[in-house]
Amino acid sequence: MIDYLYRLANLCRKEFLAVLKDPANRVILIAPVILQTLLFGYGATFDLNDVPYAVLDQSRGELSMRLLARLDGTGRFHRVATLHSPARIADLIDAGDALLVLHFAADFDSRLSSRGSAPLQVLLDGRNSTTAGNAAAQIREVVANFNATLPGVASPPVTLETRAWFNPNLETRWNILPGLIASLSMIQVMMLAALSVAREREQGTFDQLLVTPVSPSQIMIGKALPAIVIGLLQSALVMLISIHWFDVPMAGAWPALAVGLLVFTVAVVGVGLSISALSANMQQAMLYTFVLLVPLVLLSGLATPVRNMPEAFQIATHANPLRFAIDLVRRVYLEGAPLEQVWRDFIPMVCVAALTLPLAAWLFRNRLA
Amino acid sequence: MTGARRGAWRDFRRRLAALIRKEFRQLLRDRSNLLIGIGLPIALILIFGYGLSLDVRDARLAVALEDASPAAYETVAGLEGSTYMSTTVVRSLAAARRLMDEHRVDALLYLPADFARRAAAGDARVQLLLQGGDPTRSAAIRGYVEGALAQGEQKRRDRQGAAAGSGVVAVERMWFNAANDSTWYLVPGLIVLIMTLVGTFLTALVMAREWERGTLESLFVTPVRPGEVLLAKIVPYFAVGLVGLGMCLAAARLLFDVPIQGSLSVLLAASMLYMVVSLGIGLLISAFTRNQFLASQVAILASFMPSLMLSGFVFDLRNVPPAVQVVGHLLPATYFMELVKTLFLAGTYWPIVLKDCAILALYAVALLALARAVTRKRLD
Amino acid sequence: MSADEILAVDARGVGKRFADPATRRQLAALDDVDVRVAHGALTALVGPDGAGKTTFLRLVAGLMRPDRGELSVLGLDVTRQPQAVQDRISYMPQRFGLYEDLSVQENLDLYADLHALPLPVRRERFARLLEMTDLERFTRRPAGKLSGGMKQKLGLACTLVRSPELLLLDEPTVGVDPLSRRELWEIVQRLVTQERLSVLLATSYMDEAERCAQVHVLHEGRVLASGSPAEIAAHARGLCHDAEPPPGQPPRLLQARLLDDDAAIVDAVPHGGRVHFILRGATGPAELGLPARTLRPVAEKLEDGFMVLLRARSGERPAEAARAMPEGSGAAAAGEDAPVIEVRDLVRRFGDFVAVDKTSFSVRRGEIFGLLGPNGAGKTTTFRMLCGLLPPSGGQARVAGLDLRSARAQARGRIGYVSQKFALYANLTVEENLRFFGGAYGLRGAALRQRMQAVLAQFDLRGHQAQPAGQLPGGVKQRLAMAVGLLHEPDILFLDEPTSGADPLARRGFWRRITALASAGTTVVVTTHFMEEAEYCDRIVIQDAGRLLALGTPEQVRRQAGETAQRRLDMEQAFIAIVERARAARDTTEPTP
Repeated sequence: MIDYLYRLANLCRKEFLAVLKDPANRVILIAPVILQTLLFGYGATFDLNDVPYAVLDQSRGELSMRLLARLDGTGRFHRVATLHSPARIADLIDAGDALLVLHFAADFDSRLSSRGSAPLQVLLDGRNSTTAGNAAAQIREVVANFNATLPGVASPPVTLETRAWFNPNLETRWNILPGLIASLSMIQVMMLAALSVAREREQGTFDQLLVTPVSPSQIMIGKALPAIVIGLLQSALVMLISIHWFDVPMAGAWPALAVGLLVFTVAVVGVGLSISALSANMQQAMLYTFVLLVPLVLLSGLATPVRNMPEAFQIATHANPLRFAIDLVRRVYLEGAPLEQVWRDFIPMVCVAALTLPLAAWLFRNRLA
Repeated sequence: MTGARRGAWRDFRRRLAALIRKEFRQLLRDRSNLLIGIGLPIALILIFGYGLSLDVRDARLAVALEDASPAAYETVAGLEGSTYMSTTVVRSLAAARRLMDEHRVDALLYLPADFARRAAAGDARVQLLLQGGDPTRSAAIRGYVEGALAQGEQKRRDRQGAAAGSGVVAVERMWFNAANDSTWYLVPGLIVLIMTLVGTFLTALVMAREWERGTLESLFVTPVRPGEVLLAKIVPYFAVGLVGLGMCLAAARLLFDVPIQGSLSVLLAASMLYMVVSLGIGLLISAFTRNQFLASQVAILASFMPSLMLSGFVFDLRNVPPAVQVVGHLLPATYFMELVKTLFLAGTYWPIVLKDCAILALYAVALLALARAVTRKRLD
Repeated sequence: MSADEILAVDARGVGKRFADPATRRQLAALDDVDVRVAHGALTALVGPDGAGKTTFLRLVAGLMRPDRGELSVLGLDVTRQPQAVQDRISYMPQRFGLYEDLSVQENLDLYADLHALPLPVRRERFARLLEMTDLERFTRRPAGKLSGGMKQKLGLACTLVRSPELLLLDEPTVGVDPLSRRELWEIVQRLVTQERLSVLLATSYMDEAERCAQVHVLHEGRVLASGSPAEIAAHARGLCHDAEPPPGQPPRLLQARLLDDDAAIVDAVPHGGRVHFILRGATGPAELGLPARTLRPVAEKLEDGFMVLLRARSGERPAEAARAMPEGSGAAAAGEDAPVIEVRDLVRRFGDFVAVDKTSFSVRRGEIFGLLGPNGAGKTTTFRMLCGLLPPSGGQARVAGLDLRSARAQARGRIGYVSQKFALYANLTVEENLRFFGGAYGLRGAALRQRMQAVLAQFDLRGHQAQPAGQLPGGVKQRLAMAVGLLHEPDILFLDEPTSGADPLARRGFWRRITALASAGTTVVVTTHFMEEAEYCDRIVIQDAGRLLALGTPEQVRRQAGETAQRRLDMEQAFIAIVERARAARDTTEPTP
């Protein structure tokens, strides 16, 4: 038993040395993680903070002025042009200079004061429908507030109080960053595991290893452990940036998160090692990993929610450990969910690990020929 | 003199043809190339066309209705009958909260027991609790609930024949994307992604392989010029990129019914231009790294991921901080993305077309010149 | 001889430096090199590993730029006009970059197109090249599926699609078996005589250099000597003798004794059942204490001259190396107990291809046992089955008394393995590699430290401990691989082509250690392409096409090949005779190839 552990420790130490001795490797394992966390933390947001808009005000009344003043007062809208005829609307939107154009008809003021209601045309650039939808919602909010100040309009007897749990301002960043904790480390851990055996095969060291008395399962565990440790460290790094740089509060318990990420990383390493055992050389391992990673990341719910997908895709994503890891991290991190609330997320991840690790071990043993 | 020049031209053509023939043969025989060049684009088309959507569907709302009065029922009646929202009515707040905790609903609308009484007094409060984990969905639900409540209010008022008006009513019209469907801008964006994939990732890998396997050492000591080696790499992968482009266009029209408003020939010309830019980046990366593993990592980090995340593909560049905007505006993909979206959804709007094409052409010339300058027949 | 006005290559005072990646210091790969290559003849660059041969060829090919000196190729300044030179020369790098996905024909077509070879010329040329390289049957096969020797020949064919004005060959025959090597040389020599081709060749095989008109001996970036093979050989004039070993003893025991006598002997090597040796200048043959009637003076060869030149400078002292080895009594070599390796009817199939066909042999304790055969003969497959890397399809293989099929893990603990290609972790240091493999063999604590110290001393690795293994010079790498293979004191050591590409000096040191190990009781199984090295073996087998063609002592095998008292054969001749005879017999019984 001690002998077994000693051999494992020896294999792990070698694996760490082999990975970390190369300065290029050290950079590749740390720098992209930090860079991507920062870039996506800032870049990946659906929150609209700056809406360029144009106005065509044909009524030139006091009411339309008041509505516009309210709009400008939000600080999120800035006027890029004031038009005098509808002819230039198309130009402005085509060129992407204005995201939306507000069109007050000539009878806007008079209708509003006489009949108590008037339409306001909002023309939106739909090239990015999410942004457009967001802008429209913000206009609606401003208009609703404006309506409340109108004397002729009855104040609604019902007021809606909204409170968002766990993310009071509904910021996209709070959604993306926990997702990155799992995804960023997965990309590199899978590549690392996939290259580990392929590299030894290509450099001929695998044969040298196989003629020693260590067993294939020992070799496999020796390869898996360092990759798992590196993956968890990368996750921790992303989390630290998320908490301390982007100030996304951690609501959950560290141990719950650690257990979840551990199971996830084991599953990822299992997939990587299976790829490794299947590929003849590093190039194949790299390409197979890449081809697998792209759909895994895209269909994980990182950028677009799984629930928006068609039924067939949703069923297929049950084989994607990242989907459940992201769900688990979000719920533990943002909502402070305890393990007993997220145990369902473990089932698919454990299944993937339980399938791929024995598969990799079997492939090691049987691809020696 | 002209005879010599003609001879040199003929030799050049012959060498180039031989190298291109070789590239095509390798391309077609190595299955992993086809996997990246053809298989992955098909998978991406299907994923982006069918799988990814930013449009909220299947939102689940629990209504905790502690007040059984007709007024309360009327208030929430507007929530029923939506195609993308399903409503569950429960009798107590506790039961509804349990649904929230178990993530079986995305939002909770709470009408307390004194709702009707306070509504009569014109001072009713309804509470909407949202799951913050998915801000997009939550924002959509809020908008929807607001609308439904206002609608119920309007009905009530109409019935009472109240004279009061409803104030300003915003009438929205979505240009370029009447169906308000995210597929409409995801699929055009896919063209950018696939061309980056083939041009940069695959080409960097294939060229780095030649450095790594030492095939260039043998090739260099022949009359071959370095420019010919580069040109011979560009042509086949340019063709693969065009195949990807063709697949995207066909999928956009036939599978996803995304209209192409602009001129198809302008779109093709612009895509070819971007393909050259993308190939230039790939060749440059391989010339610097001369190693497949590094080349692939750099290609992913320097071109694939940023094209996906920062070119305005999914996330709008307008929303990001200035520093990230600067990074985004350094990427050629950003300009091509703008161009493709405009051509697909808005039409051939010449000021944008000319500006973006000019920028892409500049990139193309600069990158190719740089790639040519660093690819020398030297090993030291 | 009008072409001689301009030399094919004229290097004067050429120097080239590289930055050492570890220390960031500039190291001189070439220093003040003067080399002249005449037209229409073969010129050889010889020298130990790291002497600068490849760097010089790359400078000539215009792939690198010299830091100092003048280098003109075909009358052109290659630094200024590399392309003009490249248009007129052909170059075969050490690892010829064949496109593995392309077929033999397509590889040839590509190079013919690049050289703008007209179609009629091409047809005739291809036919001749394919015939010479014996690749006609494989024109449609992808280059990646060819054996190592065939790849080398195809590389040469691609290099020779047109007649260049100068041909550069960088170790063209490393890893190529004697049969293919002979064919390659016939091609080159025919081109030199028929087309007056100028050839500059880098090699570590002295018999190849001997065929050249001029030889330049490089050592640590400097030219030690230049001249015809006879002129180089003259450095050993009057010093060469050979001796007959005492009856019943393998020649290697006498060879080892002579080689260890550093004061009197420059070099000793077994040859054709006798021991060939070079005396130091001051010593007379009588002072060696050998029976006078067993001694006779022999003519010096290029290798002798080379050894005299290099032993004067090189740090590698085979005798010292051996002294650090645990020397046992020579008597242990005689097999007194049961065989340690027993192979019976061993078969290995890959699909319907039979790589090893019903092979049987046994190896006794303390024996040096050689596996010989052409590329693709089944040596490596046999070898991998013995090491437990490949399960056999049929038959039995017992190693160290254990059946490999049932007890692979235990059997592995008792064997050491040194693969053909350097197979240690390149970015780990020497010490880290040793510690890791020691741990893998179950050594730890004081036992591990003690064994590490022992092998560091035995293989002269002290001072290299902190260096990354990948950055060691080739010879040191080889010693490290041996050290790793012997760390756990295995009963049996397997060596797969351990001396491929090594220069004579390094090979001497290597074999001295092997003979010392064997006399201490370690069994050694070795494959090699150097037939002369078979003379170190107690017994050898010759395999071809999966079948065992000959088994016995080197002398028995030579006799089987037709050696008589009148007609002495060396091992290479014997090997070629046996393989060709078997192939002829097979071709008549099985008409379809």
